[in-house]
Amino acid sequence: MQIPVEGFMYPNEVELQWSVLIVLYPFITGLVAGAFILASLERVFRVQAVKPTYRLALLTALSFLLVAPLPLQLHLGHPERSLEMYLTPHRSSAMAMFGFVYLWYLMAVLLLEIWLDYRHDIVARSQSEKGWKRLVYRLLTFGSSNVSERALRIDERLGYFITLVGIPSAFLLHGYVGFIFGSVKANPWWSSPLMPIVFVFSAMVSGIAAVMLLYMLSTRLRGQQIDIRCVDKIAQYLLYTFVIDFSLEMLDLIQRIYEADESFRSLDFMVHTRLWKSQVIIQILLGTVTPIALLGLTQVVKLTETARKRIYGLAGCLTVIGIFAMRWNVVIGGQLFSKSFLGYTTYKMAFATREGLLIAIGLMILPFGILWVLVKLLPPWPDSGSLPASGAPAHGTS
Amino acid sequence: MNLFKDIEHLIRLAVVIVVLLLVFVVLRVAVVPHSFGEYGHYRGDAIQEVAARPISFAGHAVCEDCHTDVVDQKKLGKHVVVSCEACHGAQARHVEDPGSVKPAKLDTAILCARCHEANSAKPKGFPQVATADHSAGLACDTCHQPHRPKIETAAKNEAGGRK
Repeated sequence: MQIPVEGFMYPNEVELQWSVLIVLYPFITGLVAGAFILASLERVFRVQAVKPTYRLALLTALSFLLVAPLPLQLHLGHPERSLEMYLTPHRSSAMAMFGFVYLWYLMAVLLLEIWLDYRHDIVARSQSEKGWKRLVYRLLTFGSSNVSERALRIDERLGYFITLVGIPSAFLLHGYVGFIFGSVKANPWWSSPLMPIVFVFSAMVSGIAAVMLLYMLSTRLRGQQIDIRCVDKIAQYLLYTFVIDFSLEMLDLIQRIYEADESFRSLDFMVHTRLWKSQVIIQILLGTVTPIALLGLTQVVKLTETARKRIYGLAGCLTVIGIFAMRWNVVIGGQLFSKSFLGYTTYKMAFATREGLLIAIGLMILPFGILWVLVKLLPPWPDSGSLPASGAPAHGTS
Repeated sequence: MNLFKDIEHLIRLAVVIVVLLLVFVVLRVAVVPHSFGEYGHYRGDAIQEVAARPISFAGHAVCEDCHTDVVDQKKLGKHVVVSCEACHGAQARHVEDPGSVKPAKLDTAILCARCHEANSAKPKGFPQVATADHSAGLACDTCHQPHRPKIETAAKNEAGGRK
């Protein structure tokens, strides 16, 4: 397949090495970090209004976290070597650090927090369910069915502490992804100390928007009323975070324009040609300015509940699309121009190959499948959150 | 005692974590090669394994022992810095048995273009030509002597060559 090249490209730059799967990786980890930070709002900052989404946010984070390494595995091939990352740690490689960052976040933060939060329900279900489900719940109790008031209070305190540790961990997880790009000093499109910070804020934006959409959709599917106070609050946080994220990105842009180093003309040309649609139209206009304007509108104009819900739905969808476009423009955009600044190549996405569109779509659907299983196993809904367990007090979602 | 009962589930969790850590340690001992990390972040035995592989390259000093006429030619041109096997390929087997193993005849139209095809990324002072315009597929050694490629001015004028 002939790849259209314009101007001069070095031979190893013509074909892109990082495909759409590497776009998915920061997108998915961003959703994880964002969803977790939304959950921590309720737990640590005691924002009671977002309580209905607390458990859903945790399960969303876990579903996406389980899928996060898969795009990397598929991209690299040799899945049998993936364990080596954990078995032969190497501190001097930024890529090899992924194993530690990932394992820490999965094992020490997310799984522990979910287990502690759901333990009361798990114990109750291990006594009320039948068959294989009973066995699963019994296994999850680790053989202890003590849900006394004091034991639950200890869980609550420990859970609070883990969330406290979890917030910097979520920042670390996605900041690390930004660092991977930001530290490539040979690539002026990536090399920026702002990159980890921009990645963290865009992660928060996408995660908050995704959980808001999932909450609205799942509540409607269950035939329940959407808690408007809850989505109002989430939308407010989404707006604030989005404004910070957009300001940081604009600061980065202004600095680049003013600095106008030797790469600037080449990158500027790329943004005006090859990245025009994905960066200017989709990411900035549709995916950033429009949702900020829509969310801002709900803050300054008194709208009906239905109108607000529709606006939140639309703004949420546009936000997720915009953040995906941002990941696309970072990963793909960073490989479209020559390091000689004299030429540009083209990314042609394959369809049914190991790194093609079909796999990418499959990887984006997979977390929702995992989430469905998790929701069936550990219902996050406030109305089904607590089953009575013998000798235990009623326990809320926090 | 009561406190122990209320944190029993956490102790059980800690035991699970310790078991997982033990599995990790056992797996690491079983899977990581023993010589890993002996000299650096790689398998130490790999050095002996690589050393045990048959030698392919003879090295230019060995070539020069026999091909003194070529050495004299190279000394007169810029290719004096180019090692013999950079163009002729690995020749250790030829050194072992010069009678029966002969180096392959090279197609200079392809070989020379590897370094001298015009490319804006190459330093300006490096001799380079757009081969399609310069020689139109003709083998380079039709005009150039590969071991001393610069064509003397008189000969160049005669041949009407252009750079």
